[in-house]
Amino acid sequence: MAIKSRRLREIPLAFAMLGPSLLVLLTFVLYPLGKAVWLGQQTCDVQGKNCKSVGWGQYTNVIKSDQFQHALWVTVKFAMITVPIGLVLGVGLAVLADKQLRGMRFFRTIFSSTIATSVAVASLMWLFLLQPSVGVLANLSWLHNIFPVIKEPGLLNDSGTALWSVGISSIWANLGFTFILVTAGLQSVPKEMHESAYVDGAGGWMRFTNVTLPLISPTLLFTTVVLTSRAFQAYGEMDLLTNGGPIPQDSTTTVTYLIYGSSSIIKNNDGLQAAVAVLLFVILLALSALQFRGFGKRVHYGS
Amino acid sequence: MALDTAPKGWRSFARYSMLTIVALFILFPVYTTVIAALKPGNKVLDNPLLPNAFTLDVLKNAWTEGRLGRYLMNTTVVALIITSVQLVTSIASAYAFSFLKFPLKRLVFGIFLSTLLVPLEVTLVINRRTIDSLGWLNSFQGLTVPFIATAFGTFLLRQVFMQIPPDLREAAQMDGLGHWGFMKEVAIPLVRPTLGALGLFSFLASWNQYLWPSLITTEDDMNTVQTGLRHLASSDLDKPNLIMAGTIIAAVPILIVLVVFQKQLVRGLTAGAVKG
Amino acid sequence: MQYDASVASIRLVGVSKHFGDVKAVDNVSLDIADRDFMILLGPSGCGKSTLLRTIAGLEDPTAGEVWIGDKMVNDVEPKDRDVSMVFQSYALYPHKSVQANIEFPLKVRGVDKAERAEAAKQAAEVLGLTPYLERRPGALSGGQRQRVALARAIVRQPAVFCMDEPLSNLDAKLRAETRAELVALHHRLDATFVYVTHDQVEAMTMGNRIAVMRDGIIEQVGTPKDVYDKPASVFVAEFIGTPPMNIFPAGSVEAADHLVGARPEHTHLATTGVAATVALVEHLGHEIQVVCTIDSEHRATVRLPTGTEVPSNGSPVFLTADENHRHRFNVETGLRIS
Repeated sequence: MAIKSRRLREIPLAFAMLGPSLLVLLTFVLYPLGKAVWLGQQTCDVQGKNCKSVGWGQYTNVIKSDQFQHALWVTVKFAMITVPIGLVLGVGLAVLADKQLRGMRFFRTIFSSTIATSVAVASLMWLFLLQPSVGVLANLSWLHNIFPVIKEPGLLNDSGTALWSVGISSIWANLGFTFILVTAGLQSVPKEMHESAYVDGAGGWMRFTNVTLPLISPTLLFTTVVLTSRAFQAYGEMDLLTNGGPIPQDSTTTVTYLIYGSSSIIKNNDGLQAAVAVLLFVILLALSALQFRGFGKRVHYGS
Repeated sequence: MALDTAPKGWRSFARYSMLTIVALFILFPVYTTVIAALKPGNKVLDNPLLPNAFTLDVLKNAWTEGRLGRYLMNTTVVALIITSVQLVTSIASAYAFSFLKFPLKRLVFGIFLSTLLVPLEVTLVINRRTIDSLGWLNSFQGLTVPFIATAFGTFLLRQVFMQIPPDLREAAQMDGLGHWGFMKEVAIPLVRPTLGALGLFSFLASWNQYLWPSLITTEDDMNTVQTGLRHLASSDLDKPNLIMAGTIIAAVPILIVLVVFQKQLVRGLTAGAVKG
Repeated sequence: MQYDASVASIRLVGVSKHFGDVKAVDNVSLDIADRDFMILLGPSGCGKSTLLRTIAGLEDPTAGEVWIGDKMVNDVEPKDRDVSMVFQSYALYPHKSVQANIEFPLKVRGVDKAERAEAAKQAAEVLGLTPYLERRPGALSGGQRQRVALARAIVRQPAVFCMDEPLSNLDAKLRAETRAELVALHHRLDATFVYVTHDQVEAMTMGNRIAVMRDGIIEQVGTPKDVYDKPASVFVAEFIGTPPMNIFPAGSVEAADHLVGARPEHTHLATTGVAATVALVEHLGHEIQVVCTIDSEHRATVRLPTGTEVPSNGSPVFLTADENHRHRFNVETGLRIS
């Protein structure tokens, strides 16, 4: 019958068009997720072969372990350093550059420029600034006379300054991204909104808090969510700048570094890596749900 | 400007001064990188803030001995493969979701949707094992295949496909156009700006990949720019100018791409909003 | 433009189209003669567009047969039905020039470049689009876009033209002009037109036959004169004509158990007759329309020449209907008795 055939006729075509994507997504996203959950209750030999179940208690053991709790705390601190500062700087720069003045394109280009740096490029630039023997700051004697920590043991090697140093490098690397997003958000604010507030007698700061901020709140929410998830997934910075150290405090061993880091204590244990990865997934999921709910109420998407 | 209350000249001066100061801060790491890369080894630590010597040899060395040339080629190949195949798979699956009738559409769509919630870092533990068992460690397949399809691209394109009026599809049907023809003649030309943004977005993302290549690459020949820099940094820390030269070589191509495709950049980043 | 349309009568046999529980078209049978200008008329949601789309092949009927010429086309793809369609939204390809839009159906069919450029030029000529061939649809006015859609439909020289409210996006003046042009085009092409509209003025002025639809079924098929003079039901009587036919309650005009209908031009103010109250007086310039309320469900309109004295709002009047121009309908079914 024609009636049936038309609905079913497109099945082979749909299959051909969806098949490749579906295969890739199943093999490299959904299967690994399921497999990681399973592997999280197993223990494997050093080669990652011959895994055998040790029970779901492995998850609770990981959660209770000092190493996991420490890594989670480091991650949270890293996010609390990088997200608010990065956001405030990004908004500040965008507002500063949001004027039709001569030369503004030039400044905007500079402020956007760090978008072109990958995590490796940015981290190595900062490594060269901060490194205690060959680094730039360490070779400015007037500076390290005031701040001896720059040379001994070095900003990246001192457990008090390491996480901040990595954080600043990360903020710098993300600044271009934040700037571009917030600028796009600012430009979508209709001019009349500012003018009517101005006519109502609102001063610059009042206009900013009462008009600009609420109107760009969707952009801010999105930027916050992205920056937070980037902070929770940060890896390259730690790998290149500190190797998760300095030891023994492991001051920059974040959860992601704990899973994949070359000096991580679980680097040869696939079962534990999988367990931590699954926990990271759960944390990120809860976090974005939280952000959307908490922030969502105060976000204005316009009428 | 009409909205300013203080004298115009003073306000502009204050703004320009602040802009300049901030710009200098942002450019500082770039500045020290560039002058270090242009200095011979014995001068690097002399006065790290001043360009007191000049040579292009270090850049040349980074390219040849530092193997940045090789790494760049690897990265270009990887990024181009991922981007182009991703565009094809995204167009195909977005088209199927938008214009084809088939059973279980919602379920399949749900499967796609769910993959957006899974962060990369969670899957890589297992993907490394998968790639290993396929014998794809240190190969272009290993570097590309896991990323040649994305739910993100599918959603982005589906969104714009859905904005094409159904009348247009029916008119094309009356004109005698099948799905293939409609896709080629109508659907794709109409979503070209989004394709551009998506292409740039995937290119950037695959170019900047760090964790995955470092997990499955052990041979220097297969290093991408990012993991190659890591290799360079760990083996030649005593030659900071060489590392900085490598950093510059790694950054310049992407800088050029971004300058050329400025328009797509903002669109691509804001479209990334969906991905989160 | 020389044009020899092949024979294209259309026959619908028991066609139904259901969307879930909704019967958009319910067991419709209809014969459309070759070279007819057939209007499918009805209020929105009556199934007229669905019926048209079934003829074009854009919908598969749930039941029934669609014949074009001597061929049953249920299983024939739209492109192979020798049918073209003009959409309400025009459905032009926004990224192609006017010329490319018009040529497109030929391009799909593999007609060579020179030939299709020539055909597009001719079609453009017919519709006065020659100066705009290089433009994109976005740079055209609504009326021009509508013509491009027509040109794209005629360039293929199909046997049947399906049109789905093609004038509804035009302003009133342009619509009136285009009506006449479409009639002229029908004469010129000498092909079968099937035209969907909810506008009874379009139906009366353009079609040589009208099918009035309601709730998925056809209430009446006939020439405009038939439908106007002998409406098959109260629904048709009230749908066609502005103002609509007056329907008097059973027992008011005639002492019998049926409804009596009379066109406003056949309804008069009198000293005796059906009692009513003046609700509204409209001065239209060339005439005056007096709307009266008979009871809570029945209203009637009377047309008076300008200059006559009119009763004021709220005043009681009596209405009569011409003996020779009365329409009688069954109270229950609403169907015509005589």
